[in-house]
Amino acid sequence: MNFSELFKQTNQLCRLSPDGKYLATCVQYRLVVRDVNTLQILHLYTCLDQVLHMEWSSDSLFILCAMYKRGLVQVWSLEQPDWHCKIDEGSIGLVSSRWSPDGRHVLNTTEFHLRVTVWSLCNKSVSYIKYPKACQKGMDFSADGRYMALAERRECKDYISVFVCDDWHLLRHFETETQDLAGVEWSPNGCVLAVWDTCLEYKVLLYSLDGRLLSTYSAYEWSLGIKTIAWSPSSQFLAISSYDEKVRILNHITWKKIAEFEHPANISSTKAVVYREVEKCPVVVSEDLSSSQITVSSSLFNTQSKYEICQLPVQVAVLKPDPDRANPKVGVSLLAFSANSRYLATKNGCFQVLSLLWHCSGDSLILLGKEQLCLCYMETEEQK
Amino acid sequence: MGDQCGMTMTEHTLDAKEISSISGITMSPSRQYGQTTLHSSLSLHKSYSGFSPFCSEHSVTQCISYINQEACSLGLGTVCIDLCLGGEGLKAVPVLNLLYELLQINRRHQKAAEELETQQMKNSSDMEHLQHSHSRLKDQLEHTRRENSGLHEGERQLQLKIKTLQRCLKSEKEEVQKLQSIISSRASQYNHDAKRKERECAKLKERLNQLLVEKRDKKLAIEVSNPVGRSDGKRGLWKTGKMEARHEGEMYKALLNDYEARQRALMVENTELKKVLQQMKRDMVSILSPKKPQARGEASDDSLEQVCSDGEEEMCEASRECVEQSCEQAREKLTNSIRQQWRRLKCHMERLDSQASLVSAPDREGEGEELISRQVHEEEVLRMRLELQQCRDFIQTQQQLWQQLSSPCDDETAALLSGCYTLEEKERLKEEWRLFQEQKRNFEKERKSFTEAAIRLGHEKKAFEDDRATWLKNQFLTMTPFVDRKRPATLESHSTASSGAEAKMISTPVPPAKSVSYSAFTTPKTGSACVPSTVDLYRTLRLIPESSLRSQGRRGSRQDFSSLSRDLTKPRLHNGTADCSLLSLLKDVESPT
Repeated sequence: MNFSELFKQTNQLCRLSPDGKYLATCVQYRLVVRDVNTLQILHLYTCLDQVLHMEWSSDSLFILCAMYKRGLVQVWSLEQPDWHCKIDEGSIGLVSSRWSPDGRHVLNTTEFHLRVTVWSLCNKSVSYIKYPKACQKGMDFSADGRYMALAERRECKDYISVFVCDDWHLLRHFETETQDLAGVEWSPNGCVLAVWDTCLEYKVLLYSLDGRLLSTYSAYEWSLGIKTIAWSPSSQFLAISSYDEKVRILNHITWKKIAEFEHPANISSTKAVVYREVEKCPVVVSEDLSSSQITVSSSLFNTQSKYEICQLPVQVAVLKPDPDRANPKVGVSLLAFSANSRYLATKNGCFQVLSLLWHCSGDSLILLGKEQLCLCYMETEEQK
Repeated sequence: MGDQCGMTMTEHTLDAKEISSISGITMSPSRQYGQTTLHSSLSLHKSYSGFSPFCSEHSVTQCISYINQEACSLGLGTVCIDLCLGGEGLKAVPVLNLLYELLQINRRHQKAAEELETQQMKNSSDMEHLQHSHSRLKDQLEHTRRENSGLHEGERQLQLKIKTLQRCLKSEKEEVQKLQSIISSRASQYNHDAKRKERECAKLKERLNQLLVEKRDKKLAIEVSNPVGRSDGKRGLWKTGKMEARHEGEMYKALLNDYEARQRALMVENTELKKVLQQMKRDMVSILSPKKPQARGEASDDSLEQVCSDGEEEMCEASRECVEQSCEQAREKLTNSIRQQWRRLKCHMERLDSQASLVSAPDREGEGEELISRQVHEEEVLRMRLELQQCRDFIQTQQQLWQQLSSPCDDETAALLSGCYTLEEKERLKEEWRLFQEQKRNFEKERKSFTEAAIRLGHEKKAFEDDRATWLKNQFLTMTPFVDRKRPATLESHSTASSGAEAKMISTPVPPAKSVSYSAFTTPKTGSACVPSTVDLYRTLRLIPESSLRSQGRRGSRQDFSSLSRDLTKPRLHNGTADCSLLSLLKDVESPT
């Protein structure tokens, strides 16, 4: 692996463009755009304040820089460097800002989640959406970018609004049967919307695009419930990870559970392969055909390390988190399906893995820890 | 009184008449009592059947002595019966005393008997009582035992109950603990959320205050240097009802497309599964039907027949089913038939398993005849596999060889290959040819030598003829009786020459030089020495015909050349024989080849 020279950045704002040609980094109030191959600086923009959020538009033509403290959003163009756009939210403040899928609208969430303002770069129009919900994932765009689902809460009830991204026309608005909606997620085919409830209640609701309730799933009561969900890329499976250290898979035809994966502390299944990093601080990685538990221990001096296969049974070191604290660090917190829906990578417990990402071919997985990264290659069949 | 005493008295043998007569005895006032006692005692004895009377008139003294004896034995020796004076009757006093004593004894005995009776009755009643009580106690014991066991049982059940209740209690406690932990986690979650909300509220309030205080209101606005075109390049459209309808339509279209795609996928899966089921059914039917001849027992036969017939029926149905694929009934029929077949297959497999287990049992030999034991079967299979492998290998090698033979890679190798098979023969031929050549050369040499010898012989013959002629001339001229002295010498010289030639003829492979020397060792001298002169004479005079000589010579040439040395016609003979032998020699030489 070759490494380039170090470049400065602040707030972990370092993004590659969607077409993969450019690299944008933010240093304090400056936005630097480089060419990916040569890493030469192509453009340099100066914003009005320290940039807290930076995002590429979907067509890689514009970059959005949000400055929450000042309530400002600035948009820069790559094609025309002297084109400028500034959105001022005024006294209402700014909490989050993002692009719409078509790359021509900016959605700003105001402070206290009072409203979502949709600014259009094409015609300078504004649309407001009232009472968005402040939750784990209150807004989601469908994969084709045509619809947006937004969770709202009015008078102690949860609602979902479905907008057409074309002209922000409200398509559907319906109430959900949740106690306290925690998140919404479109299926990759854009026809089913999965809605899950707060962690105090294990409940997943499945709504069709036109707002009909298709099915409800609840694995158990009273104990802490869902942490997160993930759709398989083929839209056939919905993986639900929960605080009881289990992942449950639902199928898209009957919306019933077809599989349940456990994460026991003592791995003794004969199908599991456990990789241990042989180094000063031991790292245990285990993978089987469909799930993996990863733990990466923090180590400052980590030069060379090898992975060896451990003999079963393996005892995974588990830290019991404080049960009295809210949102305890138990349960499966990260889920990632591979591109061909063949593998599911999961992270259980309080291990310092921050993200799991699959390569688009579905053969390899990158684990990002706080200070480490690990690439895992899955065994592929010989090509005939 | 005497008459009365003369009456027979016996305690034992008394019948009713005598009893009544005895009762007529006048006694003391205790008579009545005695009577009654007598009656009672006599009544006791009534049970005795008629015995013969004890005493008769003639046997008085014996009776008296007998009674006295008995009395003594009873301990009444003081009382003795005596006859009266005159012997006509008994003395009354002792008799009465005896009677009284006996009565006393009887009374005592009776009392004792009574007492015994009462005692016995008491005992029997006691016994009965004890028995009753025994049985009662036994019952009681049984009863108490049953009660005990019942109580034990009850106790055990209660123990079990206790255990289950304890377990329930434990589980309930655990559940309570779990619920408590859940409650605590929920409570902490609620608290956390509440605190968050409160913080937010506080922030809101603060903000509101701030805004109220602040006069100037920052307007929210957007500044764009120039509007950007839409990403898809189209113009923006107004929001109208038509637009809304269009959006609705698009949404429904998307949904419908998804449903259609899903339905297509499901249809495909369905047909695949149906195909698999059909295949399975066909396989099951085929598996079950050929087992018919091997079926054992009537029941199995019937079932298999049924299976076969059903299978055929279902095959016909299956073809019809293929036509109506989406029909609900067809699907049900298919699944039902599959289930049926599967059940039959299971039964059949179970039957086979039981049969196999029966076969493995050693005592059931009769039934094992039709089915081979598993071990034997396995061995057979292994053996056949080995055989098969061997045959395959063999066939493969054969094929390879055949290929090599039929289609050689190139001419050189083909030539080499074709040559290598005859190599051995060629070598052998070469060897033999060499030998032959050698032999031929040898024979050539010999022939040459023979021809030379023949030529020499011819010369010598000529010389000999000349010699002969001169010798004959001399002979004629010098016919004397002393001729035999000279002959051996001349004969010797001739014989040497001739025998030399002869020897050449006879000894075939011997070189002529040797034969010459050999001829030197011959014993023509001896032969010629003992040759009588008459033979020579005859010969010289040609009296002996040549044929005999020739025959002699021939014989001699073949066997003994000494006889030939005498012959004058030897050269001619020699030539002939030489020719013959030469010819024969040559023939011999040529024959081996």
